[in-house]
Amino acid sequence: MRAADGTPLKVSIARAMRRNRLLALGLIAPLFFFILFSFIVPIVDMSLRSIDNSVVPGVLPNTTAALRDWDGEGLPPEATFAALAADINAGRESREIGKVATRLNYEVSGMRGTIMGTARKIARIEEGPYKEALIEANKDWGETETWLLLKRLSDPYTFGYYLNAVDMRFDSVGNVVAQPEFRQIYVNLFIRTLWMSLLITGLTILLGYPIAHLMATLPLRYSNLLMILVLLPFWTSLLVRTTAWIVMLQSEGVINSLMVWIGLIANDARPQLVHNKIGTIIAMTHILLPFMVLPLYSVMKTIPPSYMRAARSLGANQLTAFVRVYMPQTMAGVGAGCILVFILAIGYYITPELVGGTSGTLISNLIAYHMQQSLNWSLAAALGVILLGTVAALYFIYNRIVGIDNMKLG
Amino acid sequence: MALPSYAGPVERIWYYSYRVACGAIFVFLIAPILVVIPLSFNSVPFFTFTPEMLSFDPAGYSLRWYRDFLNNPQWIHSLQNSFIIAIASTILSTTLGTLAALGLSRPYTPYKSVIMGILISPMIVPLIISATGMFFFYTSIGLAQTHLGIILAHTALGTPFVVITVTATLVGFDQSLIRAAQNLGAAPTTVFFRVIMPLILPGVISGGLFAFITSFDEVVVVLFLADFDQRTIPLQMFSGLREQISPTILAVATLLVLISVLLLTTLELLRRRSERLRGLSPQ
Amino acid sequence: MKNTLRYTTVGLAGVVAMAFGASAQAVDLNVVSWGGAYTASQLKAYHQPYMKANSDVKLNSLDYSGGLAEVRAQSEAGNVTWDLVDVVVADAIRGCDEGLFMEVDHDALLLPAPDGTPPTEDFLEGTLSDCFIPQIIYSFAFAYRTDAFKGEQPKTMADVFDLKKFPGKRTLQRSPVNNLEWALIADGVSVDDVYDVLDTPEGIERAFAKLGTIKSEVIWWTEGAVPAQLLADGEVVFGNGYNGRLFSAIEEEKQPLAMIWDGQVLDIDGWSIPAEGKNKEEVLEFVKFATDTQRLADQAKYISYGPARESSLPLVSKHAELGIDMEPHMPTKYADQGFLTNFQWWADNRDELNERFEAWLQQ
Repeated sequence: MRAADGTPLKVSIARAMRRNRLLALGLIAPLFFFILFSFIVPIVDMSLRSIDNSVVPGVLPNTTAALRDWDGEGLPPEATFAALAADINAGRESREIGKVATRLNYEVSGMRGTIMGTARKIARIEEGPYKEALIEANKDWGETETWLLLKRLSDPYTFGYYLNAVDMRFDSVGNVVAQPEFRQIYVNLFIRTLWMSLLITGLTILLGYPIAHLMATLPLRYSNLLMILVLLPFWTSLLVRTTAWIVMLQSEGVINSLMVWIGLIANDARPQLVHNKIGTIIAMTHILLPFMVLPLYSVMKTIPPSYMRAARSLGANQLTAFVRVYMPQTMAGVGAGCILVFILAIGYYITPELVGGTSGTLISNLIAYHMQQSLNWSLAAALGVILLGTVAALYFIYNRIVGIDNMKLG
Repeated sequence: MALPSYAGPVERIWYYSYRVACGAIFVFLIAPILVVIPLSFNSVPFFTFTPEMLSFDPAGYSLRWYRDFLNNPQWIHSLQNSFIIAIASTILSTTLGTLAALGLSRPYTPYKSVIMGILISPMIVPLIISATGMFFFYTSIGLAQTHLGIILAHTALGTPFVVITVTATLVGFDQSLIRAAQNLGAAPTTVFFRVIMPLILPGVISGGLFAFITSFDEVVVVLFLADFDQRTIPLQMFSGLREQISPTILAVATLLVLISVLLLTTLELLRRRSERLRGLSPQ
Repeated sequence: MKNTLRYTTVGLAGVVAMAFGASAQAVDLNVVSWGGAYTASQLKAYHQPYMKANSDVKLNSLDYSGGLAEVRAQSEAGNVTWDLVDVVVADAIRGCDEGLFMEVDHDALLLPAPDGTPPTEDFLEGTLSDCFIPQIIYSFAFAYRTDAFKGEQPKTMADVFDLKKFPGKRTLQRSPVNNLEWALIADGVSVDDVYDVLDTPEGIERAFAKLGTIKSEVIWWTEGAVPAQLLADGEVVFGNGYNGRLFSAIEEEKQPLAMIWDGQVLDIDGWSIPAEGKNKEEVLEFVKFATDTQRLADQAKYISYGPARESSLPLVSKHAELGIDMEPHMPTKYADQGFLTNFQWWADNRDELNERFEAWLQQ
């Protein structure tokens, strides 16, 4: 078969298809490359920091090279001490030695002092034997542990930050062991983040299901009105809603004052409702509720009321009809809402930061802490990658169940 | 779902308690917003209703926190920044997002789900991670602490909403309309502006509104990328709230509620128009 | 039409040339500080007089919330836009170690006291360090509500930790720094021995244990404005905070609060210059001016922090607006009741103790 211009139809169709594909890709390309460079590249770049260990081999190149052949018994040979002295001296002049000090101090408290103290005295050590001179400058150089630590950090890449992120560490000979109990913090925080997100998701179902059902079964002119009550908070700034909850919940706030006025509580025994776990749970449930109601509503609207009537006329009572006939049909909406709320909840930062106090903060808050306060950026990156992995897995499930194309907004 | 006349007493009780529970949930949804608005007119710096307010004594109300807001150059500067950044990033993300959605909705687009996944990612990745990544990368190319940097960052965060809403509009789009227009001799630009655009406009506008509110409301990325010059309203509120909650913040919050009401109304009108166009008018 | 276009082009070129010509003469310096009342006092005492005298320099005042995150990121990126940063000494030392700040020769770069005493002798002992030019001595001290207790009023650190004698909520900074020292002092360790005891694992245990005795009554703050606010609202009866903030609550806002100087921790705040800044010469000129004897004394007119120079102390006069004598409000007057924080010890131990403190809070 041939097309009008004489080319075989197969070729002609293939050409048209190719042109179609190119046109489609051409339309997508600007955004695709924009997202790639403004978003994907930064995140990949950040993720690489979580395994980055270039500081030690970068600033102490001779030492790390010399340590490669050391068997880890006793003290390394004189040549290694000489290499270290040369490296520290060069690092002091380039003013990069402090980076090594900071890096080692993450592993063993006090190593900063060892390195900086040695660096201050290094200029006075002009010739060998370097072994005695360095041990004289700081007795830590006489300890096998110190050298084992340096040897362990000789690789430009490390999984140490991921271990730290789950409350583990390498011991001096490179075995994976648990952190001492008083330094265990991240696993608990991950568990708390998951647990609180789960609780908040549960609460949004509990509150969202009845009102979505009510709106789906009322005549449209009433349900449209009620929908505004859902959409208005949805469109209102997150900070406005968080502010509102602080105002409502603080000890001189609206809820406490109301309870005192009713006589439910004594004026001097106002319960603490904000700057703790309760505050985070209440405020986040409120903020995420619309994300549960909207998918539920859109699914419930498609369920014909005749199903329930049929079930009842076949002899089921109200409860049985609801549980056996209605609820199974809403499960798609429940699943979509749950995953959406859960994904949003585990990454929340602003609301827990403002209303969470010490007991109501989540993993995001600790990432921000390591970014802004402690400056342990690699640990922040490791925690971030773990969080990102969790979210990506959940998104994958969401996409399988609901399909991102079917996501409803407003 | 009116109560049928044959309902027994148990069903009656159940019916009414269900209604009451739903009422309580709606109160929970709306109360915080409703409480903030009157308190922003409080004449004294307290965060609860004073006896004067409850008895509707005019002396209990005042506009002093709004005056505070208007007379504070920091707040005004933040307001300007918020609008500049939100409008610029809305224009960018609407343009890029609409084009991409058109591409994604054509038949035979290869690797559709992978591309979609990447384009949607800014909406899925927790903000703290996006902000951290952008902080390092934008600092390294000199875009941190500039308006342009924040505009680009917000554009990235806003595009998924445009892509999703415009793609949704295009689901019902009849591709043969394009072929018909082309057959009748229309140039590609004419086809776009005279045939495609009018049909997808509601989707584009509501996507644009989402992009606008995303930028206007965003604080985590701004927290990492902005210094004093790029302060936006949400950042100003955030740092204010971390220190102490002041009544001026309530006044700002009320103004922001007003903006959301405006956006919501626009969106609702658009939805009705598009339903009318598609012959799906309510009732 | 053509002519219009040409004129426009010429005109534009002229405007561009003028803009560039102007920028070649004037220098913009980005000076970064803490914001609020503190920056305001610097603007009045340093920036405004300097710009008046040097019309070719424009000082842009930027705010930040402390820490080295921005400086380090700018330096890693090779794009340093800050010219001068107001830092606490702990950050100055850390930034200096990491090569972020430039080393300064104090005697060569700064002005001597009016009587000729070189800067290294004029600045208070122990305040100078390699990359750091001190401005003020401030302190972390406690204040309490004077209407909270009948009869005996709290006076010592032990009283702050005594829930029986002085019940009620306290607010403390959410950080191990200072809190561990105070716990030991309240537990009977003398001010001079604090860091010796802290340097042992048992000492740390003891400090955490003592801190644990009041944990249930503590509200932890992270922003400097919070403690004064909580005290003023009556939400807490004791609070520790920057002495300057507490001063304004007591003297400017007339809140019923009083200071407890016992156990105050003195700390130093000053300038550091980013090592890769682009306008070092001009910055050094400004720093030379801003840290002379008179300027440091001037700042104390606007905020109750002590000047870091010996020669400035006698020049400290009355508060510019309140007209009260500032000398009794200077933490340096009560230096013997407190101690200078041990920067080096904290630099070595803070990574581990921060984690331990956070873990302890969560328990």
